Amino acid sequence: MEGEYVYKKVDSIVFGVFSPKQIQKMAAVKIVTPELYDKEGYPVDGGLMDVRLGVIDPGLRCKTCGGKLKECAGHFGYIELARPIIHFKFIKIVLDLLRSTCKHCGRVLIPEKNINRYLKILEKSSAEEGLSGRQVKIREIIKKLKTRMKCPHCKKKQAKITLEKPTTFYDGETKISPIEIRARLERVPDGDLVLFGVNPNHARPEWMVLTVLSIPPVTIRPSITLESGERSEDDLTHKLGDVVRINQRLFENINAGAPEIIIEDLWDLLQYHITTFFDNEVSQIPPARHRGGQPLKTITARIKSKEGRIRHNLAGKRTNFSARTVISPDPRLTLNEVGVPFEIAMKLTVPERATTWNSAFLKKFIENGPGKYPGANYVIRPDGRKKRITDETKEEILEELSPGYQVERHIRNGDVALFNRQPSLHRMSMMCHYIRILPGRTLRLNPAVCPPYNADFDGDEMNLHIPQTEEARAEAETLMLVQTQLISPRYGLSVMGCKQDAITGNYVLTKDLEFTKEEAVDLLGSVGVEDFSGLGKYKTVPGRVVFSALLPHDFNYIGQSKSREKVVIKNGELIEGVMDDNSLGEEKGLMLKALHEKYGETLAVSLLGRIFQLGIKVLLFRGFSIGLSDTDLPEDATNKIKEALAEADKKVTELIESHNQGELEAFPGRTVAETLELKILETLNLARNKAGNFVLEHSDMKSAALIMARSGARGNILNLAQISAVVGQQALRGKRIERGYQGRTLSYFKQGDLSPAAHGFIGNSFKSGLTPHEFFFAAMTGRDSLMDTALRTPKSGYLYRRLSNAMQDLKVEYDKTVRDVSKKIIQFKYGEDGIDVTKSEGGKINIKRIISEVK
Amino acid sequence: MDRANAVVLRKYQTKLPPLIYEELKEHLPDKISKQKLVKILDHVLVRYKGSQISPGEAVGLVSAESIGEPGTQMTLNTFHFAGVAEMNVTVGLPRIIEIFDARKNIKTPMMEIYFRPPYNTADKIRKMASLIKESKVDDVVSEFKVDILEQRLVIKINMKKLTELEENLADVSKFIKSKIKGIFIKTGEDFIEVALKDKSDDINKVYKVKEKIRGLKIKGVKGILQVLPVKRGDEYIVLTAGSNLKTVLDMKEVDSTRTICNDIHEINAVLGIEAARQAIINEVYKVIEAQGLNIDLRHVMLVSDTMCVNGKLAGITRYGVVREKTSVLARASFETPIKHVIDAALVGEVDKLDSVVENVMINQPVPLGTGLPGLITKVK
Repeated sequence: MEGEYVYKKVDSIVFGVFSPKQIQKMAAVKIVTPELYDKEGYPVDGGLMDVRLGVIDPGLRCKTCGGKLKECAGHFGYIELARPIIHFKFIKIVLDLLRSTCKHCGRVLIPEKNINRYLKILEKSSAEEGLSGRQVKIREIIKKLKTRMKCPHCKKKQAKITLEKPTTFYDGETKISPIEIRARLERVPDGDLVLFGVNPNHARPEWMVLTVLSIPPVTIRPSITLESGERSEDDLTHKLGDVVRINQRLFENINAGAPEIIIEDLWDLLQYHITTFFDNEVSQIPPARHRGGQPLKTITARIKSKEGRIRHNLAGKRTNFSARTVISPDPRLTLNEVGVPFEIAMKLTVPERATTWNSAFLKKFIENGPGKYPGANYVIRPDGRKKRITDETKEEILEELSPGYQVERHIRNGDVALFNRQPSLHRMSMMCHYIRILPGRTLRLNPAVCPPYNADFDGDEMNLHIPQTEEARAEAETLMLVQTQLISPRYGLSVMGCKQDAITGNYVLTKDLEFTKEEAVDLLGSVGVEDFSGLGKYKTVPGRVVFSALLPHDFNYIGQSKSREKVVIKNGELIEGVMDDNSLGEEKGLMLKALHEKYGETLAVSLLGRIFQLGIKVLLFRGFSIGLSDTDLPEDATNKIKEALAEADKKVTELIESHNQGELEAFPGRTVAETLELKILETLNLARNKAGNFVLEHSDMKSAALIMARSGARGNILNLAQISAVVGQQALRGKRIERGYQGRTLSYFKQGDLSPAAHGFIGNSFKSGLTPHEFFFAAMTGRDSLMDTALRTPKSGYLYRRLSNAMQDLKVEYDKTVRDVSKKIIQFKYGEDGIDVTKSEGGKINIKRIISEVK
Repeated sequence: MDRANAVVLRKYQTKLPPLIYEELKEHLPDKISKQKLVKILDHVLVRYKGSQISPGEAVGLVSAESIGEPGTQMTLNTFHFAGVAEMNVTVGLPRIIEIFDARKNIKTPMMEIYFRPPYNTADKIRKMASLIKESKVDDVVSEFKVDILEQRLVIKINMKKLTELEENLADVSKFIKSKIKGIFIKTGEDFIEVALKDKSDDINKVYKVKEKIRGLKIKGVKGILQVLPVKRGDEYIVLTAGSNLKTVLDMKEVDSTRTICNDIHEINAVLGIEAARQAIINEVYKVIEAQGLNIDLRHVMLVSDTMCVNGKLAGITRYGVVREKTSVLARASFETPIKHVIDAALVGEVDKLDSVVENVMINQPVPLGTGLPGLITKVK
């Protein structure tokens, strides 16, 4: 490898059709027999597994190039077909050509004087609209030629050409043989081909009728040896075996002068085999099958679709130096660390180049070997050979290690790794973390980085990749490190933030906790704060002050808490308000954004880590737990709720009554029945909201459930109301439940019953328990939302795939324009102002703050 | 702000994008020393320059991610409009897909029609609505009587509905006569009698005439199925189901500067590609906002721009934007790979390998971001 640095190996790829001559020229073997192996199991010369086609057995050498397995990419062969066969994939263009050219002179059915005009049209359209525009014009021209019945060049009559699918052509009533077709296509002059969008240098039409068939190398159709010692051939080999066999039979029959019928039959059979060799899913013919009955997987099936070569192997690749296992949380890690278990650390390696300065350091790794951490697994010699370190080779390797050698040593603390969770929907799904080797068997991450990965710990697994070159490591560290990804390019705010317990903790801390000085120091010390100067003047330290000790001393921030109260931080001290989801949470985290703006990403991330830990430590200190009693209501509240519900019920009954009397007045543009529905819904919603308010008024403000709801950590008032007061109306498609039996939702109700209960209103709370029909209604909406999610995922996935495929190569050029590959300008300035969302605040520049900050 | 400061401020007008400039103007305190003003302006300018996007940034993919990632959070359901029966709006994911596909026939075409001052008041709006709603003969008919023997057709009219539309029977019958050939027509008290001129043996003919008459438009704008007057700010506007932008914009009562519809193709045909581009942005953003998602406008703009660069609407599909790609392999990696490769072979197409997927395929650096700059050095 050393010394052969090549910048770019492939510059461009030209597509074209192989001519028979080319096929023969690039072939290493002419295949003449359908047999694969002789009695000894050795490949037959001139058979489909001929050793000149490449090697698939370890130890053997290729007879053409002398390469071993993996060195020799394989060589093509060919067979000479007894009679020409039409290539199925080109049938369309062959049909077009036959229809639009003269059967006698081969000229295109356009008068000489008009040809130039058409050529000009094509030129113009390709200049204006590119290749696809040209293709459209070509279609138009060809369409007109179909009905020309007289050649303008030789004046001879033409017949209508039809195609009987899949591969038989008719000239008027008579069948045209592929021989005749080939002859006609040969007559078409190069100049006329341009009108069909065919480039004669790359694709002569007669090449689309095969006289020789290229045989792919064995390396792309390897056989596998079963446990029983039997050989099992690849589908392609099977198919090619059929082709060669029938071809030989056809040869023999022709030579023996067999009757025309037999030859015709064999010819058609050969056409069938070659067609299915290219594509086994042609709609008009039965697919070729295995003995078991399952269809063969031939060339087309190998290439196309998600599991095909292109999308599975070419556009997506597999990698070495990666690990995957279950993840679990560890708030004591910093945000940009990942905890890696020893077992994984001893398998993943980093190549380190030996120099005169580090050989002692590297030798230690080699001494430990692959079995002891921190050790090394392989040594790469300067000639590129890889050598495994074992107890036997250890001494020898230690001896020969010198500059130029590379040691693949185990990863250790501080190495960089890429951490990823699927589905990788955005770039924050793969970030760079510093490795930290930990005991245990899971990958560990700080819970504050869960949101960008969308990870939780109910059994999620994640992947770890180790960059292997200096360039890759540098790029990962500068571009993909967790703190560089703090601000989402989607909306310009922090994607990481405190979650759940961390928010609750900071909320209780800043709201009303007080500590003795010792406790405060203890708390702050446990999250790594060493500067306790802010605590000096207090006898009992309020939580606000503890929190403020984390902040930089010149930090100013004015914001709003979740309950719309002002939050003021002045000179690094929280003066007013509480910390909650609005200031600390992900996607919001306005305070985090302000910190990021002023102090940069590294400090913002480390602060976030500390705030997170502080929240958790506070909860550990104070104790925090919820129970059913959190949702208890005093009796008069329960009564009030009951009253409100009863009142709503009465009102609905009145509404129904007035509807039955015909007194209800319809809303404009609505029928009376619809108006009734709307009014009922409104009344019931009102009642539910009222009940919710009662819950809020009468709950104990100090109850854990309410603290969580108010701080935005988890749950909301509605959840609480559903537990303790009333579940409320179950809605399907924005309406009350209407489905079910004729005139009623369940057989439990009377027909035509319009009451709330009969249409999915659940008057009970989760705590009081649901009646059977209420439970059923709840299950209905539950199922509906499950269905919705299940149907949505593939739809949005496809939309995403299309979007990313269409826009993946747009980039900002050095002149700040957005252009695609062909340098076509999409935008003159990105987003019309050139602002990068990640460098903005929610897509904007915070002018107000600049004005207030400038002194 | 005094005049001297205003002069200073104006100097920055060309250096800053309009939005920032306007915001500055709004938030700058009235009394401010010139020194401080310059300092603030310079600060803003520095911040603006500092937030510029870097060359090589893969903005296309970032936009695709930003729109694709929250796609899973959108709802599928159509939303029923509060107001008129059968009037609902496609929202959420289906609507986004519809727009990005650049579908010709959208599920729920709609219009928002604004009116010029004298017509946008509460008392006028109902009349305007009925003027716009398409009414067919069928809407005012209470009964059709078909006499097969005599090949005659008696159409009973619901006079109440007809007067509501401010039409009279004579006009309607005249209108029918002018539109359909080969009939005699007789107008009664509350019915119209139609007889065929030539009494052929074909009984179906009467029925055919009947169907023709039913579909005749007697009033309103073609394609407007439902109307709904609503209050928007201080004025009244009309929301419609079904759209016909061209005809509505031509009406003299309509405020053509604000009236819009949600059919992108229609906007493109009537107002041109620039309007269609803006319409895509507006429509997509409307959905995103309604779903409570947070996506920066720039991403939507970029998608809209890719759909409109060629001067005609191209959907994000294999027939639209993807087909326009120059690279064979990039097209093949999306959908129908065989077709693309075969077509490329016929033309002898050359893939220059200068976009993303092709280079991934052949294991070469991708020309984006850090893969973009190259170094040239002299070999000694």
